[in-house]
Amino acid sequence: MRMPEPDAGVLARRAEIAAALRRIVPGEGVIADADELRAYESDGLTAYRQAPMLAVLPETVDQVSRILRYCHDHRVKIVPRGAGTSLSGGALPLADGVLLGMGKFNRILELDFANRCAVVQPGVTNLGISNAVAHAGFYYAPDPSSQIACTIGGNVAENSGGVHCLKYGLTTNNVLGLEMVLIDGTVLRLGGKALDAGGYDLLGVMIGSEGLLGVVTEVTVRILRRPAAARALLIGFPSNESAGDCVAAIIAAGIIPGGMEMMDKPAIAAAEAFVKAGYPLDVEALLIVELDGPQAECDHLIERVREIATAHGASSLRASRSEEERLAFWAGRKAAFPAVGRISPDYYCMDGTIPRARLPEVLARMREMSVRYGLRVANVFHAGDGNLHPLILYDANEPGELERAEAFGADILRLCVEVGGVLTGEHGVGVEKRDLMPAMFDETDLAHQQRLKCAFDPDGLLNPGKVFPQLHRCAELGRMHIHRGALPHPELPRF
Amino acid sequence: MQGAFDEAGERGLTEFLPGDEGELRDIVAAAAGERQPLEVIGAGSKRALGRPLQLPHSLVLSRFSGIVAYEPSELVLTAKAATPLALLEAALGENNQMLAFEPPAWGRLLDGADSGGAGGGQTVGGILACNLSGPRRFKAGAARDHFLGFRAVSGRGEVFKAGGKVVKNVTGYDLCKLMAGSYGTLAVLSEVTVKVLPRPEKTRTVLIFGPDAERAVAAMTAALAAPHEVSGAAYLPAGLARRSAVSYVAAGGTSVVALRLEGPAPSVLARASALRGELAEFGAGEELHGRNSAVFWREIADAAPFAIDGKRALWRVSLPPALAPALLRQVTAGSDVEYLLDWGGGLAWLAVAGAADGGAGAIRAALAGRGHATLIRAPAALRLAVAVFEPPAPGLAALTARVKAGFDPYGVLNPGRMYPPQG
Ligand SMILES: Cc1cc2nc3c(=O)[nH]c(=O)nc-3n(C[C@H](O)[C@H](O)[C@H](O)COP(=O)(O)OP(=O)(O)OC[C@H]3O[C@@H](n4cnc5c(N)ncnc54)[C@H](O)[C@@H]3O)c2cc1C
Repeated sequence: MRMPEPDAGVLARRAEIAAALRRIVPGEGVIADADELRAYESDGLTAYRQAPMLAVLPETVDQVSRILRYCHDHRVKIVPRGAGTSLSGGALPLADGVLLGMGKFNRILELDFANRCAVVQPGVTNLGISNAVAHAGFYYAPDPSSQIACTIGGNVAENSGGVHCLKYGLTTNNVLGLEMVLIDGTVLRLGGKALDAGGYDLLGVMIGSEGLLGVVTEVTVRILRRPAAARALLIGFPSNESAGDCVAAIIAAGIIPGGMEMMDKPAIAAAEAFVKAGYPLDVEALLIVELDGPQAECDHLIERVREIATAHGASSLRASRSEEERLAFWAGRKAAFPAVGRISPDYYCMDGTIPRARLPEVLARMREMSVRYGLRVANVFHAGDGNLHPLILYDANEPGELERAEAFGADILRLCVEVGGVLTGEHGVGVEKRDLMPAMFDETDLAHQQRLKCAFDPDGLLNPGKVFPQLHRCAELGRMHIHRGALPHPELPRF
Repeated sequence: MQGAFDEAGERGLTEFLPGDEGELRDIVAAAAGERQPLEVIGAGSKRALGRPLQLPHSLVLSRFSGIVAYEPSELVLTAKAATPLALLEAALGENNQMLAFEPPAWGRLLDGADSGGAGGGQTVGGILACNLSGPRRFKAGAARDHFLGFRAVSGRGEVFKAGGKVVKNVTGYDLCKLMAGSYGTLAVLSEVTVKVLPRPEKTRTVLIFGPDAERAVAAMTAALAAPHEVSGAAYLPAGLARRSAVSYVAAGGTSVVALRLEGPAPSVLARASALRGELAEFGAGEELHGRNSAVFWREIADAAPFAIDGKRALWRVSLPPALAPALLRQVTAGSDVEYLLDWGGGLAWLAVAGAADGGAGAIRAALAGRGHATLIRAPAALRLAVAVFEPPAPGLAALTARVKAGFDPYGVLNPGRMYPPQG
């Protein structure tokens, strides 16, 4: 993975830049010590490491604004960071860049139950929001598995999902407003406490923009009343096909479960060995289907799903009878990543989405690739929305294995696109999938995305090297290659 | 390309009727090359929405019609952008599915013409480009939340695509959000992919009679804070309730709060009785069953009670729900204003009579930046004189202009539809 060439001129000015930043954020807020900087050298994608030139930890919006304006005026690159759990290298620092740590923005500013929203700073953790409103029976719906650690600012940047997002949506469907700072220091408000805002939906554009458009300094999220009840079914199948058909049949029956997760045989084995959740080991695929909502609805739907599963050849089936049992069903799935981490020195988590009907074919081809690359793969899968998480097992200490794992991963993602899916369902493009973007988008598609970038950050100083395989200069993108009179179709009517 | 346009006679208007994406691209590229603005038209059902355009050339997309792919169990549908919404909804209906954001049909509201059925002659691209959503918005999301991917021609005369054809995707910037609510000012959509969802098996509507606006918002707030998954929450004062085609609503002769419950039958019945019990303090109740519920919520989506008196300036105000009572007090004091509330108070429709500015000043003063007021219906002169969309703060206005310039550098797509053209 190549990052943009460090700018020697900027590196030469390191001391001067540190001094300028210290004038904005006094005291401990600017980090220049090489050992301390190492704490920021990677995020959740640990294969890539790069210490930043400097790190700065602002505490106020005014400081963020002044830092950005300084970087803008002096052409210094800047990489925002929340908790550093990104799995796509979104928060990977740059050798000649300033890392902007948003961890000190960790206050909950307002709980507004009458308007069913909460106003928080971006460094508040995802779970922190739900915890803060739990006493009133509310919660914040998107629930990435990293929710204890990841920040809402990171969630906004990545448009993070979770196991409940088929029914409750991703981050973008649950954020009402943002305060953000542009690279030139301008502070903007997008949306607010109302559902719809007039004008271009720049709030929607910011969410999922991977830290390339601006720095988020405040987030207003919707909070929902916690469902009255939740029950889960643990269903084993003799084949991936029958499990996939069952998922399709549940949805075709008009049922949108709160969660619907699938695991393949290697993932089941790893999870069961790790947490002893009571998963059947003699099945090819395991489904967890969770129904949530009013008690009457859960009880009714659990029976309907049971019938559908039986009709699709389920070889084992258990319905949770207590909250403990429901949580036990989930324990294995939730621990799937660390469980796989126990059976392999390293693993690489992929994140493509496919049309669900293509699942058996995709799993079969993945197995072929696994043989070809000589690397094992375990699959956990947000079955309801087709979001695959293949976990490729490798050993970074074995020469060449990381590269093989990466090549295998890239092949999986190309396969996702080939069958009509996409490169990433919830983890973002980052540096990881940057060079795969042309598999999904042609040059004109990417140029239009970059024109949006140019409107926000014309000099490309925010998080460069991420998302786009090639950054074109904005002046070049602005040029139009149409000349007066030189029409492609001379038979066209004249205006 | 021959025959792809015709001269619309008396005013010397040119109407372009591209038949495929290549022709669409060439027309927009030519328009950009010659700096000739185009009015972009799907079915024309919303031409009276937004700032009025007086352009000599129009780009009519009616030939971009038809469903391209529909996989009910994938919850995804792809259609050409000018596919009539009615056609699309009929296909969904056959599979017991729907567009969960309940696209409103404002044909009758905007020009008094009967729009003929649910789809109202409008197109799927039009409803997405204007990001219009109905009563289920606060639970199921807006049009923008169901917009998964598209193909389009930007004002640069270039074909591009964004998003995907699966329900979960974060690859690249979410340009669907940018298109939703851009009123055709950035790009001309040629094909769209939307998320579709199962239709609820059963619907009940719990009615509470008699509350004033303040009590009504309190009742709706209590209902939405309960775990009953209410999917519609509206309030009609007596005068508007009387205009409903649903006799239970009209005959009460009083104001009414309506709360919708949808889902599997046993669940809906259990929730309806629980909700009535919990809200007993707010007044006597009644229940609408499936058919009456459908008629009633269609009226709310389409703002049907306001179709009667077309002379009033009609505003749609998105606001924090708890602010609704104060807003109504301020705006109605001493003025002739009819209103109804939707989205649990988060959406106020205001029909203003007798104010020179259509009520713009009073409404925006009462909102004080906390919400967004859009002028939905007014004579063209008024839509030119006052800001139709909430005026953005200066920093946001500048950013908006830069985004517009990136996608449509010569301002050829619906220039002035949202904000006065610059310079
Ligand atoms: C074990 C594990 C499980 C995971 N499970 C899930 C899951 O189920 N679903 C899911 O979607 N993701 C999951 N993730 C991925 C990750 O947790 C999410 O992407 C999360 O949103 C990142 O948040 P963060 O605070 O760690 O952000 P970081 O990793 O610090 O940053 C992520 C991106 O956000 C930008 N950013 C951060 N803060 C700001 C800000 N204030 N303003 C502008 N840009 C900002 C950064 O520049 C970067 O591009 C998982 C990760 C791990 C390690």
